[in-house]
Amino acid sequence: MVNISKSFGDVKANDNISFSVNYGEIYSLLGENGAGKSTLVNMLSGIYTPDSGDIYVHGERLRLASPADSISSGIGMIHQHFKLINVMTAMENIAIGQEHGFLFRKKKVKDKIEDICSRYGFRLEPEKLVRDMSVGEKQTVEILKVLYRGADILILDEPTAVLTPQETERLFDILLRMKEQGCAIIIITHKLHEVMEISDRVSVLRRGEIAGTVNTQETSPMELTSMMVGKKVTLSIERPPVKSDDIMLEVRDLSLIDRDSIKKLDRVSFSVRAGEILGVAGVAGSGQKELCESIQGLERRKRGGILFKGENISHLTPRAIFEKGLRISFIPEDRLGMGLVPTMDLVDNVILKDYYLQKGIFLDREPARQRAEHIVKMLNVHTPSIYHPVNKLSGGNIQKVLLGREIDSAPDFLVTAYPTRGLDIGSAHLIYDELNRQKERGVGILYVGEDLNILLSLCDRIMVMFEGRIIGTVDAATATKEELGLMMLGEVTGGVNSND
Amino acid sequence: MDISFFTAAVVAGTPLLFAILGELMTEKAGQLNLGVEGMMLMGAVVGFKTALITGDPFLALAGAMLAGALGALIFGVLTVSLRANQVVAGLTLTIFGTGFSSFMGQGLMGEVIPESMKLFFADFKIPLLGDIPVIGQIFFNQGMLVYTGYIAAIVAGLYLYRTSIGLNLRSVGENTAAADAAGIKVSRYKYIHILIGGLLCGLAGAYLSLVYIPSWQENVTAGRGWIAVALVIFCRWNPYRVLAGAFLFGGLDIIGFRIQKYDFHISQYMIDMLPYLVTIIILILVSAGKSSAGSPPASLGESYFREER
Repeated sequence: MVNISKSFGDVKANDNISFSVNYGEIYSLLGENGAGKSTLVNMLSGIYTPDSGDIYVHGERLRLASPADSISSGIGMIHQHFKLINVMTAMENIAIGQEHGFLFRKKKVKDKIEDICSRYGFRLEPEKLVRDMSVGEKQTVEILKVLYRGADILILDEPTAVLTPQETERLFDILLRMKEQGCAIIIITHKLHEVMEISDRVSVLRRGEIAGTVNTQETSPMELTSMMVGKKVTLSIERPPVKSDDIMLEVRDLSLIDRDSIKKLDRVSFSVRAGEILGVAGVAGSGQKELCESIQGLERRKRGGILFKGENISHLTPRAIFEKGLRISFIPEDRLGMGLVPTMDLVDNVILKDYYLQKGIFLDREPARQRAEHIVKMLNVHTPSIYHPVNKLSGGNIQKVLLGREIDSAPDFLVTAYPTRGLDIGSAHLIYDELNRQKERGVGILYVGEDLNILLSLCDRIMVMFEGRIIGTVDAATATKEELGLMMLGEVTGGVNSND
Repeated sequence: MDISFFTAAVVAGTPLLFAILGELMTEKAGQLNLGVEGMMLMGAVVGFKTALITGDPFLALAGAMLAGALGALIFGVLTVSLRANQVVAGLTLTIFGTGFSSFMGQGLMGEVIPESMKLFFADFKIPLLGDIPVIGQIFFNQGMLVYTGYIAAIVAGLYLYRTSIGLNLRSVGENTAAADAAGIKVSRYKYIHILIGGLLCGLAGAYLSLVYIPSWQENVTAGRGWIAVALVIFCRWNPYRVLAGAFLFGGLDIIGFRIQKYDFHISQYMIDMLPYLVTIIILILVSAGKSSAGSPPASLGESYFREER
C-alpha cells in the first residue's frame, strides 16, 4: 500500500500511509483505538475505497472497488465482528458468494473444506449451525471461508479479542503453519505480548499515520508502547488492598431460564465487599451478560435472591432501585445499544439517567452540560465538542463517556462488562485507574473481563463462570492464567474454594 | 362440507399464493415491501385493460406482471439505491397503486372478459393425477394459472434451498454485510428479487381481475395484499408452507358464501371479517411463540451502506 489516505467527513482516518508485506511473513499493525488500523485494512478488503493512494499485489496495481475484487486478488479478511450467518451451517457460510455451478453441491464443498482442514490442522463440523458454535469455532469458520477462496494474503482484525488463552494458542499455531505454506499474514492488534510472540515485523499507527516500522526481534514492549501513545507510559496496574469486610452485594442461588427454555444461570451465589473488585472470567456466553442484567434489575425471569446492603432488590426495576437511593451503575457490554443513545450528543446522553427528576415540562440542560464538560476533562475524551453525536466518536472515547456518566452519579456498586474491550492501552489504563479510584472510595465492583492478565492484576478475587454455573472462585494474587484457562473450559482444578 | 368447497378454496387461495411468494422472495433479499396491495392493483388493472384491448391472454398476463414489476422498480430505486425507509416506501407504493388502478379503471366498470379468454383460463383435468379420488378433484381439476401457482411454489423452494444463487440470496437477507464481504453483489440481488416479487404480485392481481371475478370492479384486491404480507410470517419464509397457508386462507375467504346455504345465524359481516381476524390472531401467536424458530431474515428492513461505521 502506497501513500494511502482516507477521510470520513472532517476526520482524517488514514494520512499518507505506506507499508508492504512479504509472503511467508506475519506482519502486525499496532495502534491505539481510532488510530486507523481497521480503516486501513478495510481498504484492502474492498469495504472502503481510499481517497488517494495505490494498492499493489504481486507488484500489480489494483483498484479494489468491492469485496469481490479483493477476494479475486487473493486477499482474505477476517473481521473483528464476525461476518457470519447464524442460521446457516458452517459449510453454507463458507460457500456463499462462490461460483460453483448452478446447484449447490454439498458433497463437493464438503470435500474441499475437509481438504483444507487436514492441510492446516483445523477441526470443524461442516454441518453445525453457526449459532450453536463457540467463538473459537466461529473464528475457524471465518478463517476457512478465506482459505476456501484461495486467499494467500490474510488479514485478521483483532483476532484474539474474544478467545481463551488455549484458543489463542491454537490460532497462533495455525497462523504459523500458514506462514510456512507461504501466506502473507497481517494481524491487527493492540495486545503487545501477541505482537512480540508471533509477528516478524510490526508497524505502529498513531492518529492515522505510521509512527514507525520495526523488526519484532529488535524491539521491546516498552518501545512499542511509547511509539503508540507518543509518550512513555507505565504498564503496571495497581491493586490497592481491600479495606472493608462489609458485604455490599450478595447473590444467593440465582437462576435464570430464557425464552428458549435454556438455562442461562444455574444457582449462582457469591458476594462482593465494599471496596472490592470481583472479577468474572469465562468464555463469552457463559452467563456473564445475564448475571449483570439480573443485578441491574433488567432481567425479570430470574429466581433467587440479590441482596444489596442487606436489602432484597431481586424484583425491582432499575428505576425502582434508583429511587430507593441505591446506586448501582452498569457499564454494559453493548455500549451503543444499551449504554448510550448513539445519535444523541454527549449532553443528552448525560441527561438520560435523571432527566425525570427535574421539575416542569422543559428540560434544563445546563447541569448536564457542565457534567459533560467535566467528564470530557476528567477522562480526556477526544471529541470535537460536547454536542457531537456519540456514535461518531471512536470506541475508546465512547467508553469513556459512558464510564464518566456512570461514575459521575457517585455509585455504591459498579457492574462493568468488558469495559476496555477494543480500547487501546492508554485508554484502558485510564479506565483501570478510574476503577481503582472508585474502589478506594468504597465502591463494590463486579468486573466482567476477558483479558486474563488484566483480571489477574486488577481484581481481588476472580470467579469463573461456565455454562451459567460458577466453577470456582480464586484469589487473584495467587492464581495463574493456566489455572483460569482450564476452569473457563469447565474443568475444576485443585485448590479452588467454591464460595466464601 | 362438500368437495367443491375445497376446490373453490384452492381457486381463492391462488392470488394469495402468488402474492405471498412474491413478498417472500423480496423479503429473502432483506427488503420489506409493503406495497403488495398496490402492485396487485396495478397488475389487476393493466391485465384487465390489456385483455379488453388485445384479447390475448399471454399479453394480458405479461402486461400485468410488468405493471407489478414497475411498481417494484419504484420501490427498489427508493430503498436500495437511495436507501429510503422501506416501510414508508412500501406504504407509498400501495397508495400509488390504488390510485393508479382507480384512474386506469375509469370506465371499465361492468366490462367483462371476452369468452375466448375465459376458455383459456378454464379448468382442465391433469391426466392420472386428476383421477385420484378427492385429491384429484380438489387440486388437479383446475385452471392453468392454479397449476402455475403450484409449480411456482416448488420452483421457489428448490431455488432457495438447492441452488448456489438461492444460498447467496438467503445470505443477503440474513446478514447483508457478511454477504457483501463474501463478494456477493448485494444490490443486484436485492433489485432482481424485488422485481421478481413485483412480477408475482402483478400476476396475483391479474388472477383476480381476469379469472377470479372476471370482470372489473373497483379495489378488486380487497386487502388481500395485506393478508399476503402477514402470511409470509405465517409461512415462516418457507415457499413450501406457502401452499398450505394460501389455500387455508383461500378457504376462509369463501367460507362466507358457503355458509349461507346452512341455517347459521351469524352476521355476514362477522364472516367477512374471518380472514382478517385470523390474520391478526396468527400474527399474535407467531410473535408470542418461541423466539428462534422460523424467524425472519435477520437483515429484513435494514438499509445497507457498505462504508457505514
